[in-house]
Amino acid sequence: MTNHWVDIRNANLILSMGGNSAEAHPVGFRWVTEAIEHNKAKLICIDPRYTRTCAVADYKAFIRTGTDITFLGGLIHYLITTDQVQHEYVLNYTDASLIVHDDYGFEDGIFTGYNPDKHTYDDKSSWMYKLGDDGFALRDESLKDPRCVYQLMREHYSRYDIDTVSSICGMPREHIEHIWAEIGKMAVPHKTMTMLYALGWTQHSIGSQIIRTAAMVQLLLGNMGMPGGGVNALRGHSNIQGLTDLGLLSQLLPGYMTLANAAEQDYPAYIKKRAKQPILEGEVSYWKNYEKFHVSLMKSWFGNAATEENNWCFDWLPKLSRPLYDVLDTFDRMYKGEINGYFCQGFNPLASFPNRQKVTEGLSKLKYLVVMDPLNTETSEFWKNYGEYNDVDSSQIQTEVIRLPTTCFAEDDGSIVNSARWLQWHWAAAPGPGEARPDTRIMGDLFIRIRELYRQEGGVFPDPILNLDWDYNIPEAPSSEELAQEYNGRALVDLTDDNGNVTRKAGELLSSFSEMTADGRTASGCWIFSGAWTQDGNQMARRDNSDPYGTGNTLGWAWAWPANRRVLYNRASADTQGRPWGKEKAFVWWSSEQGRWIGADVPDFPLTSEPSKGVSPFIMQTTGGGNFFAGQSMVDGPFPEHYEPYESPIDNNPLHPNNPLARNNPAGRIFDKDRADLGSREEFPHAATTYRLTEHFHYWTKHARLNAVVQPEQFVEISHQLAEEVGVVAGDWVKVSSNRGFIKAVAVVTKRLQPLRIGDRDVHHVGIPIHWGFTGVAKKGYLANALTPVVGDANTQTPEYKSFIVKVEKA
Amino acid sequence: MTVNVTRRQFFKLGAAGVASSSMAMMGFAPESAEASVRQFKLTHAKETRNNCTYCSVGCGVLIYSHGDGSKNARQEVFHIEGDPDHPVSRGSLCPKGSGLLDFVRSEGRLEYPQVRAPGSSEWKRVSWDEALNKIARYIKDDRDANFVERDEKGGTVNHWTTTGFLAASGSSNEAGYITHKVVRNLGMVAFDNQARV
Repeated sequence: MTNHWVDIRNANLILSMGGNSAEAHPVGFRWVTEAIEHNKAKLICIDPRYTRTCAVADYKAFIRTGTDITFLGGLIHYLITTDQVQHEYVLNYTDASLIVHDDYGFEDGIFTGYNPDKHTYDDKSSWMYKLGDDGFALRDESLKDPRCVYQLMREHYSRYDIDTVSSICGMPREHIEHIWAEIGKMAVPHKTMTMLYALGWTQHSIGSQIIRTAAMVQLLLGNMGMPGGGVNALRGHSNIQGLTDLGLLSQLLPGYMTLANAAEQDYPAYIKKRAKQPILEGEVSYWKNYEKFHVSLMKSWFGNAATEENNWCFDWLPKLSRPLYDVLDTFDRMYKGEINGYFCQGFNPLASFPNRQKVTEGLSKLKYLVVMDPLNTETSEFWKNYGEYNDVDSSQIQTEVIRLPTTCFAEDDGSIVNSARWLQWHWAAAPGPGEARPDTRIMGDLFIRIRELYRQEGGVFPDPILNLDWDYNIPEAPSSEELAQEYNGRALVDLTDDNGNVTRKAGELLSSFSEMTADGRTASGCWIFSGAWTQDGNQMARRDNSDPYGTGNTLGWAWAWPANRRVLYNRASADTQGRPWGKEKAFVWWSSEQGRWIGADVPDFPLTSEPSKGVSPFIMQTTGGGNFFAGQSMVDGPFPEHYEPYESPIDNNPLHPNNPLARNNPAGRIFDKDRADLGSREEFPHAATTYRLTEHFHYWTKHARLNAVVQPEQFVEISHQLAEEVGVVAGDWVKVSSNRGFIKAVAVVTKRLQPLRIGDRDVHHVGIPIHWGFTGVAKKGYLANALTPVVGDANTQTPEYKSFIVKVEKA
Repeated sequence: MTVNVTRRQFFKLGAAGVASSSMAMMGFAPESAEASVRQFKLTHAKETRNNCTYCSVGCGVLIYSHGDGSKNARQEVFHIEGDPDHPVSRGSLCPKGSGLLDFVRSEGRLEYPQVRAPGSSEWKRVSWDEALNKIARYIKDDRDANFVERDEKGGTVNHWTTTGFLAASGSSNEAGYITHKVVRNLGMVAFDNQARV
């Protein structure tokens, strides 16, 4: 979330799209109802299904799954043509006026630089701004230049007229007109819309670009950095934000730093590429400090072994020889027999990854599988026969499986990061059952054993193992307190200011990432978490819930990254003179008396940089502005474009009907086997989408009796019309098949799903809740991922669980 | 010596016009109140602050457990409810969070390290030492056999691609941090968490 849960109450309009927070985040959703009741806010809900979020919405509309860019692109077209734009904001706080490179272009669905043989854009050199002789980007503040971002954006979305949107999304014109008109009202400076989304936007082959389109709408309306505004990802797991922040992804390091690829052999060049300098004069471009954060990480990991002479152990970090080693790639290699060992720490890939059959075959080719989990997961028993629910022959599976019992949240100390970036500390209430151990102890103990083997036997490239900094009180069981202080960071020697005065003594904890240096004097395991545990103690454990400005901002409760800021980009909540855009939206503003930015939040800006200097609010960006034009930061184009899901119920992309290359995302993630496993709409005519129920959490709560009692049995949702076509009534069993597998479930026949008119035909949606499997106390069921395709978003590789095609038969 | 009366009789007597305080002075004392007013059942529980383990709203929860922390007295969680001080949840829990106790005490909880041998259809219980030594050995053998120091162009890559690791977004930052520190420095790159899906 750019904003936070309680801040939703400050919104004037709430757009719920690509999510169903009333059911998936029910307690967070109370701030939506708070906004409706006490801030006269309106709620718009757009979804393929009629959900409980829709049930309390003022305006609701059905949309065909996977067509959200079309709806939002049409909205951009509408806002620009009707001039419902926050002009001062767009001109001063975005890249709208920057001129784009002469060679950039877009033709029949394809951007410049595409290589059709490799299905990638391998030449992105034209995806950038045009630079002047001084190295800074050229701009036209009249926004009239046909090559400025604003005009290119206007032209790009001119194709998204209301009739096109209606026929692609399956949404009647009058619904679209009404919703767009309501959203247009938020262009005035003192009104804000907030956007709430979840996996309904991410789990598409165009997922990242859907979210970018949303951000573009919010920039046009001047809603970023505003209380009651923002683009708010409602994340799925209790600490999925923290694990992302800590960089536990194939190409990342902690704090959104990145590993080198194999071509990056030179350390200074590696840093230079990441330490981004401003491309407009005077802007902050905070990533220019990259090396301070990187060297501090290397000091946390390798201690005295990391020196300037060895480039702070740059060569000890693994480098990437292929673009990504994400899970789709890994399970494809596993399927091909190229992986020997696999670890699942609190993760159930047999249930969670697409094309369950492919996952089973991959796991069966491993030499060893290690599962660490509090629960008896399907993955840990993938080799065991559970009849129709897991029809395998154990004797033919040669994988050795080692299963380790772990504690759960109630049994360990530590912090988790909620969707609003709050790090909240919790304490153990009791030990785990039997011999269960915390993950910290398991990883510590395992490392000590591995290190001991390398000490005794030697081995290949032991340096990073033998030199890993491991100064914990009990080496086999590092404590949560020690680890939290390590990621916060500390001074390794006395730090001094320009006059030689000591500002931080050696050994003391840092109060902020602003204290870090690139010369090895500081250590920090995750720079964005710096400030979480300072000399003043554990900031994450704070419990002052007071709200002195009445904005819902409780700065004394827990601690938020970065620097305890609760609303990102909050400098943009004030106009160019530093004054709030409206009295009821006062949040962070310039105080000429104090000569600094003040207000209800920690200013996301250089504290004493006065407005007349004209520094722009988006300090992490090289332009200082919110960017409509993504430059080279996305792999599939600088402007979002609609492409059909890889499995679509229609034959072509209506925007590019004659270009098969532009039917689906031209840079989407798909392997040869998985392309062959896609079905045809003749055989599988219905759109399908997976989702979650309010009574269940993924595949965990089928192990909890209360939840199993209230939702005991697997079902699918179909419309009355589809039920009639198939010849079933409510309560009958149906078989739902894709080209990859099938499930059987009880049919819930409902008005919550309606056929949508797409072009000249009606498209049915089949709703597939995911929560059942073959372990737990609920009734056994089929893993829903028997059906889903192995197709990933071009940027994040997140599988397309929300849009695929199936057929439905009476079972 | 006191005269035994029930609480009901005592209040009846009081209602009949005699001040009950003076009745007590006269020796009429009611029996202990325990029979009619139930003790608050959480009185002697240990209260622990925590957060819900499901979605990312991060609702505050209060966990109540028995056991006084003595070395050989096992603590046990027996009640979980919303934390009324929490600025987001203000004491609420949703249908998922309301079942947290049944998750903590689920019969599906694992209690001992186990190994399933190749081709077997059964688990076998093992000790932590046996399990961790087996894993350490697997890691070292596979890493030593397949670690790549230089690629075909002669560039330093120092990675190990034949073993992969999925980390848990239900675990704490501290578990995530140490997991990253260990896994990455073994040279592993096939490393992800639920954020990928």
